Amino acid sequence: MENLVYIALFAPFVGSLFAALFGMTERKIFVGIVNSSLLAIAFLSAVTLAAHVYTTGEAIHVTMMDWINAGDLNIPFGFVVDQISVTMMVVVTTVSTVVHIYAIGYMDHDKSFNRFFSYLSAFVFSMMILVMSDNFAGLFIGWEGVGVCSWLLIGFWYHKPDQSREENPSVSPSWAANEAFIMNRIADLGMLIGIFILYWNTGSLQYDVVFAALPNLEDSVLVAAAIALFIGAMGKSAQFPLHTWLTDAMEGPTPVSALIHAATMVTAGVFLVIRANPLYSLEAVAGVSYFIASLGTFVAFYAASMALVERDLKRIIAYSTLSQLGYMFAAAGLGAYWIALFHLAAHAFFKALLFLGGGNVMHAMHDELDLFKMGELRKKMKGTWIYMTLASVALAGLPPLAGFWSKDAIIETAFNEHTYFLWFMLVITAGMTAFYSFRQVFLTFYGEDRHTPLGFHPHEMYKFVLIAMSPLAVLATITGWFMGEYKAFITHLLPHYEMSEHTHHLATWLGLIVIFFAVSGIVFAYLKYARTGTKAWKRDESKEQSFVYKLLKNQYYVPKFYEEFITKPYKIISEVFWQQIDIKIVDATVDGIAKTLYKTGDATRSMQTGNLSNYLNWMAIGGVILLVIAVISAMLV
Amino acid sequence: MIGLSHYLIVSALIFSIGLIGVLRRRNLLMLFFATEVMLNAVNIAFAAISHYYNDLTGQMFAFFVIAIAASEVAVGLGILIVLYKKYGSLDLDDLANMRG
Amino acid sequence: MYEIVAFYLFSALTIGLFLVTVMSKNVLYAMTSLAAGMVLISGFFFILGADFLGVVQLIVYVGAIMALYSFAMMFFDATRDIKEKNTSSALVFLLGGLSALVLVLMFAAPIHSDAIVALYPMHEGVGNAQDVGIVLFTKYLIPFEVAAVMLLVAMIAGIILAGKKMDESLTEDMSADDEILVVKDEK
Repeated sequence: MENLVYIALFAPFVGSLFAALFGMTERKIFVGIVNSSLLAIAFLSAVTLAAHVYTTGEAIHVTMMDWINAGDLNIPFGFVVDQISVTMMVVVTTVSTVVHIYAIGYMDHDKSFNRFFSYLSAFVFSMMILVMSDNFAGLFIGWEGVGVCSWLLIGFWYHKPDQSREENPSVSPSWAANEAFIMNRIADLGMLIGIFILYWNTGSLQYDVVFAALPNLEDSVLVAAAIALFIGAMGKSAQFPLHTWLTDAMEGPTPVSALIHAATMVTAGVFLVIRANPLYSLEAVAGVSYFIASLGTFVAFYAASMALVERDLKRIIAYSTLSQLGYMFAAAGLGAYWIALFHLAAHAFFKALLFLGGGNVMHAMHDELDLFKMGELRKKMKGTWIYMTLASVALAGLPPLAGFWSKDAIIETAFNEHTYFLWFMLVITAGMTAFYSFRQVFLTFYGEDRHTPLGFHPHEMYKFVLIAMSPLAVLATITGWFMGEYKAFITHLLPHYEMSEHTHHLATWLGLIVIFFAVSGIVFAYLKYARTGTKAWKRDESKEQSFVYKLLKNQYYVPKFYEEFITKPYKIISEVFWQQIDIKIVDATVDGIAKTLYKTGDATRSMQTGNLSNYLNWMAIGGVILLVIAVISAMLV
Repeated sequence: MIGLSHYLIVSALIFSIGLIGVLRRRNLLMLFFATEVMLNAVNIAFAAISHYYNDLTGQMFAFFVIAIAASEVAVGLGILIVLYKKYGSLDLDDLANMRG
Repeated sequence: MYEIVAFYLFSALTIGLFLVTVMSKNVLYAMTSLAAGMVLISGFFFILGADFLGVVQLIVYVGAIMALYSFAMMFFDATRDIKEKNTSSALVFLLGGLSALVLVLMFAAPIHSDAIVALYPMHEGVGNAQDVGIVLFTKYLIPFEVAAVMLLVAMIAGIILAGKKMDESLTEDMSADDEILVVKDEK
């Protein structure tokens, strides 16, 4: 069993190192194959471990080695495989394996093929450390690792030059990568403070020790730790106001978006809140938890609103990720941790499928992502059409697909907790979700053929890629049916969240309300976008000038706000510090010391006359001085 | 009565005289003479302390100082001879080759 | 009584003679006064009861070292007066005077210490030479031997430095080498 843990953890790492050997050479297909195979091995180990945990109900604790042992601080490199971590492990390895195989096909024209696989496998390794670690320090190592790999992967095409904001809201891949990393860094400060607070008050960073000691701490300490840790989660999971990096991260290749910014890295924040549920479910922290739920709901609505008018295919899917993350935080904030985790898993599958399908479209359209230039692609890309429609139905939350069960559970939770305003917003957002996701599907695959006049000749992706995507499609369909078994499995560890009797009575009605909103969204989108002939959709320039449209299109002007009030002043401050302080003061001081030494040496060189008599003079002077000092010190003492 | 201080003062005076000689003299041979004066002054001090503390250590030290002075003179004069052959003069000011 | 007279007499004479040594312009005067001063210093040693040391001083210093200096003086042209450039006498006398003052002040103060313990105390009833012999050949044996080696090395060094035609051997027949040299030149 222990070996399986190590295999699951280190197989991606070995793959990363292997691919790194070929980083500078041209595309070698066996690199992709070897890496995907290693990830498949990790996947199998994860599944075996999951079966073990499921059947025996015990967690597996593995301590690899003592890492830090300084005084009272004892942090080992330890890993725990319990119900939470094994869920994440299975999700991460499944999606990673599919994405690796997909990338063999997607990146086939890219000359940095080998480097890509190295980074991708390194990312999976970091993510595995994050979810498998049994202490906060290991979590933080994985946290930082995924941040670095995300930066490497977003900025994969770093040689693309910067463009102006009007041409490209994300400026360039390197700019987007920097934005992602810096925003995450700001949030990591909060996380570090949270970790420090926990260590300071409990004396350890191991999960079990910390959580056992929590009830004995003061309220203010608990609230501070909860807020600080959540700030860290906000950065990784792109909650408002640290959300702008997620849409800009679409500058990276599509497999990266599918793996990192849909299924795994952005869910790390939710994972943290779920892992720390003993903290967030305490009475004293109830205010913070409610704030988390409210913020999640707000973000869900906010992101969905911006997706309504977006033209870029991947950005729509990015907004939907943001929105669904809001749903997960809403569930976690309201105390339904297992529902949040379940939605995390289901969402990972259908969102990854959606992204990969979008990648197929992008590959077919030669990197063109503008929805207005597509249309009626279903005739030429049948497989992708089926996959994306399936994933969009799951996203919209229609039964019997996975999205319905998990999303409905979250909305029911909001009702159950008597937070009716949150419930209402979540229901509205569900309708908006259905609308914009099907808007995207219809604009891409239905309607009039807009792409042929523009000179595009799309063709379907390689067969093996489509086959590789099929497990995700299957999982997106069936995951919801096992919600009961999953609940029994996960509530060994997570709190048992049950709906009240009152909610149970109304469950059917509540479900029908959600389905109604979702279906009406789809129908509305169909009527507007999917028809051909005289009722076909035409671009309406005048509507695009309206205030609401512009507000949504420019992301509520939040990026512009950041640029004007944070980036530019910071740049000015940096310049001042550089010119005035660094050059004039620090450098001058160091140079001054050197100059002083040099001048002193020059001056004392006159002592070297070569004349023995002079030297004897100096000796005598020195001797007399020492004598005088000796006498004076003897007299003073 | 003659105490230890008397001898030490005499030794100090002779040492200073030697020091003045070392500092003043330009001729290398005369410099050696002044060095000998200093060594002898130190010997007096050693012998005096040995006498007044009933300790033989002082005399042993003085003994070895004499031995060392002897070998120093031998080697030093040899070097002086070679120096004189090379430069033709024994004046310090003419021998300032190692100017920095 | 005798001790006091001898001490002051010897001190005065020694200081005066050494002043001549350092101030005189004539090498011969300087050397002679140095030798005389050394004899008087051995007198000091006899007053202090260090008989062996006094005799060694006479033999080694006055006998050997002054002889060496005499030979050296003969080597260099000693009849001329040494012409020395005008040094900054002020600095020199200041330094010398200052050091003399400080040292005398230091030594004039009475020395109190309970911690001064004789390392090799003198034995009663045994003569000084015997005492020195006992300590020298038991406790100070190694420095003694090392000093012997050092004197050997100094002697050899002195011979080599001062000798002439040291690269020629006095015993070997070197004529064969000349033939080889000549043959080489012809080629």
